[in-house]
Amino acid sequence: MAKHETPLIDQLESGPWPSFVSDLKQEAESRAKNEKNIEYQIPQDCCDDLLGVLELSYKHGRTHWKHGGIVGVFGYGGGVIGRYCDQPEMFPGVAHFHTMRVSQPAGKYYTTKYIEDICDLWERRGSGLTNMHGATGDIIFLGTTTPQLEEVFWELGHNLNQDLGGSGSNLRTPSDCLGESRCEFACFDTQAICHDLTNEYQDELHRPAFPYKFKFKFDGCPNCCVAAIARSDLAFIGTWRDDIRIDQEAVKAYIGGEIPPNAGAHAGRDWGPFDIQKEVIDLCPTKCMRYEDGKLEINTPECTRCMHCINVMPRALRVGNDKGASLMVGAKAPILDGAQMATLLVPFIKVEPPYTEIKETVIEPIWDWWMEEGKNRERLGELIKREGMQKLLEVTGFKADPRMIQEPRSNPYVFWKADEVPGGFERDINEFRKFHQR
Amino acid sequence: MDQAEAVEKIVTALKKKSKTKSKFYFNDLAKILDLKPRPAKKFINQMVTDEILEYWSSGSTSMYGLKGMGKQSHGEGED
Repeated sequence: MAKHETPLIDQLESGPWPSFVSDLKQEAESRAKNEKNIEYQIPQDCCDDLLGVLELSYKHGRTHWKHGGIVGVFGYGGGVIGRYCDQPEMFPGVAHFHTMRVSQPAGKYYTTKYIEDICDLWERRGSGLTNMHGATGDIIFLGTTTPQLEEVFWELGHNLNQDLGGSGSNLRTPSDCLGESRCEFACFDTQAICHDLTNEYQDELHRPAFPYKFKFKFDGCPNCCVAAIARSDLAFIGTWRDDIRIDQEAVKAYIGGEIPPNAGAHAGRDWGPFDIQKEVIDLCPTKCMRYEDGKLEINTPECTRCMHCINVMPRALRVGNDKGASLMVGAKAPILDGAQMATLLVPFIKVEPPYTEIKETVIEPIWDWWMEEGKNRERLGELIKREGMQKLLEVTGFKADPRMIQEPRSNPYVFWKADEVPGGFERDINEFRKFHQR
Repeated sequence: MDQAEAVEKIVTALKKKSKTKSKFYFNDLAKILDLKPRPAKKFINQMVTDEILEYWSSGSTSMYGLKGMGKQSHGEGED
């Protein structure tokens, strides 16, 4: 028997999709039964009260959560987000219901034992409710009381070798695709650099001194499985400088129907025989491909790495051998004020340990500039818009490059400065008049 | 500037503003110290460790305040 009547949120279970309401009810029931005899350290009925407060919010059309606070673990300025209910007498189980962010392992690889251990910990010291994973990629622990924060942190650190993630005006937990471990498209070892930068920038992750959040994301190839291009202040996207490798025999096998396109991903329905012209060549955004006399040709300088041809025919086409990454800056995906895609800063850079060039010529100069010039709550992308791409090039020392322009005439002009022009802007008028009349 | 001098500057400035404001952005503190962000961060980190300052976080933004200052009861005249 449920603790609170919840007719309004019960309706959320009636749709065709899995419902979080059902999940909450399942956990509430499991905690009420307590078949494993767990010594719950926060109210056993917290999930019932969570359902109750949500129902009340639906009834009132307003939230009953208070957001933020001074809660945290000692010495860390991130990783814990204070949540308090403003109806603690009605819902004592969620009076304090803080969120903890746990730094996910690179590539999100877990052992079953690890998953069981963190779930057991959170069942005992928290609500048992998790979000695997949050938008930034962290494991999210939803709901515990203030006294449990240090206890959870201690157990994570000492028993599970696990750190908290980033929140607030910090470097957020760096996030990556699974990269070379499982994917032949990966152009660099995403997990290695994700892990390295996480360790290198511990101070930035845990002690807030930025104007706002800052996100690194690492995509091994332009398929962008972790959406680095759209969601990270500094995006690492794998690319290559030489030609796409073509296996002409395999191309013929695709055309002959011996190999299913897209690795058979669209095999649920009969789409007719594979048509390379219609399904690949004509869809190339830069028209840099042709198939003639049984031979596929790609004009690499025109290729923008859209990945479509490689995705359709992965056994015939492979990324080049001279691999690295393009670095793009300034993306954000906020709820307010609109999303913004990243802007290209470094067309190609090798991504190899110990990543000194990336740290010293890209990350740290950008941070120094943003920390000094950024307004409070201003993302890097907004600072770039406010002070200009030219300023970004100045602080990082990269030269302007045609590849930084998305399309002609849609980007602001970059003006020369006097010290960038031989002789500056001063001229000898008499010398000038020798060649030009008034 | 040594740590004691930095503490003195921060505590004096924050107490002066405490009637209207109890939480400050990192940049506000760096300005009080008249330092660039990186050297300022060293002093401010130490002040958090020494429990002179404490973090406040909304989840998306972080701020700093003198430890124990700015309780809601004060704002609603319940002191």
